[in-house]
Amino acid sequence: MKHIKTINGKTLNRDIKKAGCGECQTSCQSACKTSCTVANQKCEKE
Amino acid sequence: MRVLTGCPGKLVIMIHAYSMYGTNLVLDVSSGAVHVFDDTAFRVLKCFGQDGRLEEEKISKLREEFPEREIREAVDEIRTLISEGLLFSGDIYEEHLPQWTRNTVVKALCLHIAHDCNLRCKYCFAGTGEYLGERSLMSLEVGMRAIDFLIENSGNRRNLEVDFFGGEPLMNFDVVKGIVHYARTRERDCKKNFRFTITTNVLLLDKDKRDFINEHMDNVVLSIDGRKEVNDAMRQRLDGTGCYDRILPLAKTMVEERGHENYYVRGTFTRNNLDFGEDVLHLADEGFEQISVEPVVASADSGLDIREEDIPRACAEYKRLAKIYAERRASGRWFNFFHFMLDLEGGPCIAKRLRGCGSGTEYLAVTPEGDIYPCHQFVGQPRFLLGSVFKGFSGNPEREEFCNSNVYEKPECRACWAKYYCSGGCAANAWKFNRDIKKPYRVGCELEKKRIECALWIKAKEAR
Ligand code: SF4
Ligand code: SF4
Repeated sequence: MKHIKTINGKTLNRDIKKAGCGECQTSCQSACKTSCTVANQKCEKE
Repeated sequence: MRVLTGCPGKLVIMIHAYSMYGTNLVLDVSSGAVHVFDDTAFRVLKCFGQDGRLEEEKISKLREEFPEREIREAVDEIRTLISEGLLFSGDIYEEHLPQWTRNTVVKALCLHIAHDCNLRCKYCFAGTGEYLGERSLMSLEVGMRAIDFLIENSGNRRNLEVDFFGGEPLMNFDVVKGIVHYARTRERDCKKNFRFTITTNVLLLDKDKRDFINEHMDNVVLSIDGRKEVNDAMRQRLDGTGCYDRILPLAKTMVEERGHENYYVRGTFTRNNLDFGEDVLHLADEGFEQISVEPVVASADSGLDIREEDIPRACAEYKRLAKIYAERRASGRWFNFFHFMLDLEGGPCIAKRLRGCGSGTEYLAVTPEGDIYPCHQFVGQPRFLLGSVFKGFSGNPEREEFCNSNVYEKPECRACWAKYYCSGGCAANAWKFNRDIKKPYRVGCELEKKRIECALWIKAKEAR
């Protein structure tokens, strides 16, 4: 494409069926302890 | 900056379009696709309505500014993205929610090893360590019972987390050791895998403790606010002296001994240092590579809380920091700022993004006496006492409120473009400022959204 560059495709709606296994780290445990950002967490299946 | 939402049929459509340092970014909220638009395409995008349909009368005005051919190309490219589900895509997640909220097992505990502290930080949400109660230390008996409680309530979850917190957990370190050893003895029989973390103010971090932590803990959070004058204005000993000169070398030694991995230096900023970017950079200059500096959670009477009128300055500071951050990383002076980290390709699954921190459900805090609260920030508030590790959950209906909490339950979050990155904000902040765990704290929201905008911009820069 000439006018638009896609830097990230469809990622949120992949694997909906497999979502929610719950094995990943709890977000507040990682570094902040006063706020919640989940987008930088890792998925245990990856 | 513009958020478009639409609702053709039933699916909610939302995009977020903004410019930062001359780069036009477009986030398709539901799919998570991120695009960089040139100026023509960015203007053309604004001619599309909320439902993703081109509004011809708007386009005709653009012909005065841009060549017809360019406009047509941009329209075609936008339509291609739409047809591929990369722009104006609908929210398809809500119907799946019941399957993700059915099981509420416990998988993480924050153990308040000591309700006591050897510092008197001015912004401490725990009072001076005692959390609205008496000074106290957790006994090994309570700690072991907490481990059993976690195992018993964790269902099929294999990975369990325990954070040693306080007050200051190093003031009761023998119990920390005892709990770790006890949990390890139970791991194999129960088919569980414990991950330990500790959050400390560093003062008592001697060789023995460092060795134990490095051997057993998956992560360590070392509290330091940044520049000496900033740190020492807040983080003071009982006699009023600042702790910077003691903790900086100790924190460096700790990080060195951990091989520069699996740690965070973590600071707090208040309205007294809205130039907190300098504190982040100071920590980077001192050789730390994993840095988290967060807005304070403090009530209005503290004089330290970030207020509505501080939002523009704090947001401008994030933006300034983002630019320096990207430049440093590109020039080999790499470091990580926790709130600019964004894993676009991977990251957590959508179920996690909808439910957020899990406080009161999968994540609980345990006091030195064994009482259970939704998280460390709620400890000591009688309304939120959920039970004890000895007697289990008490049936407090507040727990249901936490179990039912997700981004769709909160009107502000439902309408927010940042919901899948923020995951609905901090329930403790919502309670503190709005007396409603489902009504997010607006100042926190504005800062969170700015951080995500910066993080996306950094991604775009690093993708070039
Ligand atoms: S807490 Fe605020 S920033 Fe986060 S999703 Fe809700 S409204 Fe958006
Ligand atoms: S309510 Fe706030 S402080 Fe408590 S676990 Fe959630 S994000 Fe963290």
